[in-house]
Amino acid sequence: MTILDFTAVVAIVSFVAGLLGSLTGLGGGVVLVPLLTIFFHVDIRYAIGASLVSVIATSSGAAASYVKEGFSNIRIGMFLEIATTLGALMGAFLATRIPTSALAIIFGAVLLYSAFLSRKPRTLAQRNLPPDPLATRLQLNGSFPDMGGERSYNVQRVPTGFSLMFGAGALSGLLGIGSGAVKVLAMDQAMRIPFKVSTTTSNFMIGVTAAASAGVYLGRGYVDPGLSMPVMLGVLAGSLLGSRILVKAETKSLRLVFSVVILVLGLQMLYKGFWGKI
Amino acid sequence: MPAAQAPAPRPQLIQPQPQSWDDHRIEVILGNLLRGGVLLSAAVVLWGACIYLFRHGHEPADYRVFRGEPSEFRTIRGVIQSVKDGRGRGLIQLGLLLLIATPIARVGCSIVGFAIERDRMYVAFTLIVLAILLYSLLGSGLGV
Repeated sequence: MTILDFTAVVAIVSFVAGLLGSLTGLGGGVVLVPLLTIFFHVDIRYAIGASLVSVIATSSGAAASYVKEGFSNIRIGMFLEIATTLGALMGAFLATRIPTSALAIIFGAVLLYSAFLSRKPRTLAQRNLPPDPLATRLQLNGSFPDMGGERSYNVQRVPTGFSLMFGAGALSGLLGIGSGAVKVLAMDQAMRIPFKVSTTTSNFMIGVTAAASAGVYLGRGYVDPGLSMPVMLGVLAGSLLGSRILVKAETKSLRLVFSVVILVLGLQMLYKGFWGKI
Repeated sequence: MPAAQAPAPRPQLIQPQPQSWDDHRIEVILGNLLRGGVLLSAAVVLWGACIYLFRHGHEPADYRVFRGEPSEFRTIRGVIQSVKDGRGRGLIQLGLLLLIATPIARVGCSIVGFAIERDRMYVAFTLIVLAILLYSLLGSGLGV
């Protein structure tokens, strides 16, 4: 395969991954690394470097449209970013030290968990939880536009959420993904942040988190220009298109298809990792 | 903290809203800044891609074996030098550096936003995040 063919095919695959990732809200990065390693036989470290770059592009590219809606909470985001960026830095340093087969196994486990999470019904919206003293001190409580005016919310269990965010950052740095699944666990489940607030806030955190590990990857020579170029451009174009048609599209069946894809890729990664084929 | 503490007070009454209109305005500006940064970096990457594909498009592609990038593609100094030499891959890396810089610039601008609101605690938090990001970019082998 010549470089020209390779670039074209990777760009198309990345475009579809970005489109589906944005339509389903599951993120495109999570399928890119397994696709590149399993079908294009790219070394997993190059694949992670390229995916990480595309994660920044998706997050930053979508920020402007998310912000307009007024759901995201900049204080929650900034406070938790202390945890995610530290985690990302640690993850990136770990990634340069652990064997690629271990990377594949961890990746497979994260994929299986993401597939499971995408089939789970959303947690019930919080209603009038009492304010948590720590969250109040940190000014994390806020409000967002809801049917019939502003709805305020009180953030819960800050230390648990903060620790989970460190883990999300570490996974992001280790695997080159947005770690949306772990962020949802931290913000929805532990901190009881309303769904719309947590998804939009997590989108803006993903870019900053990925930037923290991207520096390390670039400095270590894991970001190959020839590979990152079609991945970044493809994912960016796909996710921008996805955010345009998101409102109209029927995403339920699409989510099912995409989560089956994630499940299959997860099993593949586990298989390859355990049999040392990566 | 147990979620079922009765009677739960209505949060609106005791909780002033720290999410002010200023926060939202800052975010809108920053959102546009981010989008601009991404589009700029995508344009630079695309430009580099044209040069790279024109020159090397017919060579075989091989990413099976990890070699690591040469220093011209993994240090800021090397990237700038290869851009000066008119290399396509140097331009792609420059675009990727710009991309990594956009969220960092966003964090930097947030410091100004929090400072205008005289929120010292969040100025401090944001400075910590910025320090971690700059350490990653400059202190981890990428160098200048």
